[in-house]
Amino acid sequence: MPAPENSVRAVSHIALNVYRESVRDRVPYNLVLFAVLLIGSSYLLAQLTAGQDVKIIKDLGLAATSLFGLFIAVFIGIGLVSKEVERRSIYTILSKPISRPQFIMGKYAGLVLTLAVNVAVMAAALYAVLAYMTWMESADFKAAWDTPGVDPALLKALFLIFIELMLVTAIAVFFSTFSTPILSAALTFGFYIAGNFNADLRNFEQVVRSPAAAWLARALYHVLPDLSAFDVKTQVVHGLPVSAGYIWSTAAYGAAYIAALLLAATVVFSRRDFK
Amino acid sequence: MIRMAAALACLVVAIALQVGRDRVYPRHDHETQQLLYVRSPQALGRIVLGFDALAADVYWIRAIQHYGGDRLEGNGRRRYELLYPLLDLTTSLDPYFNIAYRFGAIFLSEASPGGPGRPDQAVTLLRKGLAVQPNKWQYYYDIAFVHYWALRDPVAAATWFRRAAEQPGAPNWLMPVAAAMLTQGSDRASARFLWQQMRGADQEWLRRRAQHALQQIDALDQIDRLNAIVAETPKLPREPYTWAWLARARGFNGVPVDPSGTPYELDPVTGLVTAAESSILFPLPKPVEPHR
Repeated sequence: MPAPENSVRAVSHIALNVYRESVRDRVPYNLVLFAVLLIGSSYLLAQLTAGQDVKIIKDLGLAATSLFGLFIAVFIGIGLVSKEVERRSIYTILSKPISRPQFIMGKYAGLVLTLAVNVAVMAAALYAVLAYMTWMESADFKAAWDTPGVDPALLKALFLIFIELMLVTAIAVFFSTFSTPILSAALTFGFYIAGNFNADLRNFEQVVRSPAAAWLARALYHVLPDLSAFDVKTQVVHGLPVSAGYIWSTAAYGAAYIAALLLAATVVFSRRDFK
Repeated sequence: MIRMAAALACLVVAIALQVGRDRVYPRHDHETQQLLYVRSPQALGRIVLGFDALAADVYWIRAIQHYGGDRLEGNGRRRYELLYPLLDLTTSLDPYFNIAYRFGAIFLSEASPGGPGRPDQAVTLLRKGLAVQPNKWQYYYDIAFVHYWALRDPVAAATWFRRAAEQPGAPNWLMPVAAAMLTQGSDRASARFLWQQMRGADQEWLRRRAQHALQQIDALDQIDRLNAIVAETPKLPREPYTWAWLARARGFNGVPVDPSGTPYELDPVTGLVTAAESSILFPLPKPVEPHR
């Protein structure tokens, strides 16, 4: 049984390597694209939206943060384990005093670190553009906004987007422990789509007569990740209340689901035979 | 370096070919813009996954482009066919998109050729907004306004003004407006008062719209005065009504112009003064029938 501090050290070493590798793979380039998208949009939207440019920049910034993060989570997440297996570097890594669960946890933590840096930089870029737009507008114009331009409440949406991305990353890592990258990507996107429709499954019993079908839908509602719960973008942009209780209970749900996926991933990965 | 230059050269050639093709074979993009591939808000909500608000923004921009494009269309194709479906999609995807309800209602109730002249759809859109935010006094006010200005129904307008006044946070001038609507109903003074309230709106577009309406009301007053002057001015039989004749008889200095600076027109046969079709104020609103 390795000492806890050794475990933490092993996980953090792997995590830092994953982060460095993502930087080498030019993942931060997406941040430049994000900044250009926001700045370019802020100029164009002012001409097109009848005074709704700040609302639309908020929508665009939050949607882009979510979408860019989703692509990073899926396309890097699916290769985290399988790439090591394909390159046969897994033999070198596992011959060191690193357990398979530590390897999975390290890989996951590294990608989460990459996502955290991405989300933080995108949030900073979004706030910078909003601050500039707020500074440029007259007081009359600003009076028409539902919420202030630089609104701290946006952090609530960004926080839940980050938890959602952590969950998607855990799904990608789970599939990458036993499947090919292409199949993992397909399955992760499938889960992402199903997770967004999850709320419909809850109400399925109102549209079907069969109790078995209703029970199956209800079971799927609980088993599949409830990703639509992490979406509070509309509420935040319109200044509608999102309670701290809702945010923390959703975050706790995300943490529990992530734990389940990572534990399952470590079980699957521990049983894999690399000979 | 040479490869980079070659790549740039190829791009320039591609752009030149595109420009040439567009000149020789002009495309009818207007027909394409008149298509709306997905009309069901429910289906669209599914397609866009969790990005409903962003999709709503796209449809809002499209609604503005559609309205503006058809409004500027000079060849009689001002149909605004997609305006309501686009606004319906926008507000279904983002049910709290206040401006889409409020501007949308103004766009929809605007009489032809400035709009589709569909106050019924404007009211439907605002009622949809009320289903989501039942205490939003602005939506009640807008419905009242549509009833008063577009449907010419001061009684219904008064009811909606009263309901607006009953909502939390409503301004205290709404109840007197409702009362005025019921007593004197239709006079221009009421209309002027309502538009003056709108001129203080926090939206620049609404303020401009209010300014435009106030100029139209001023023009109506001026036309009434001019018609009275024409009627009172002696004229030789068979002499046509002209501004030169009126200037001679009444000492006018030049042709009278409307508040936008466009000269009024004088019918040489009937002597009726009207706003010119070339004026930005044309067409002027029809008078509201007095409530009895």
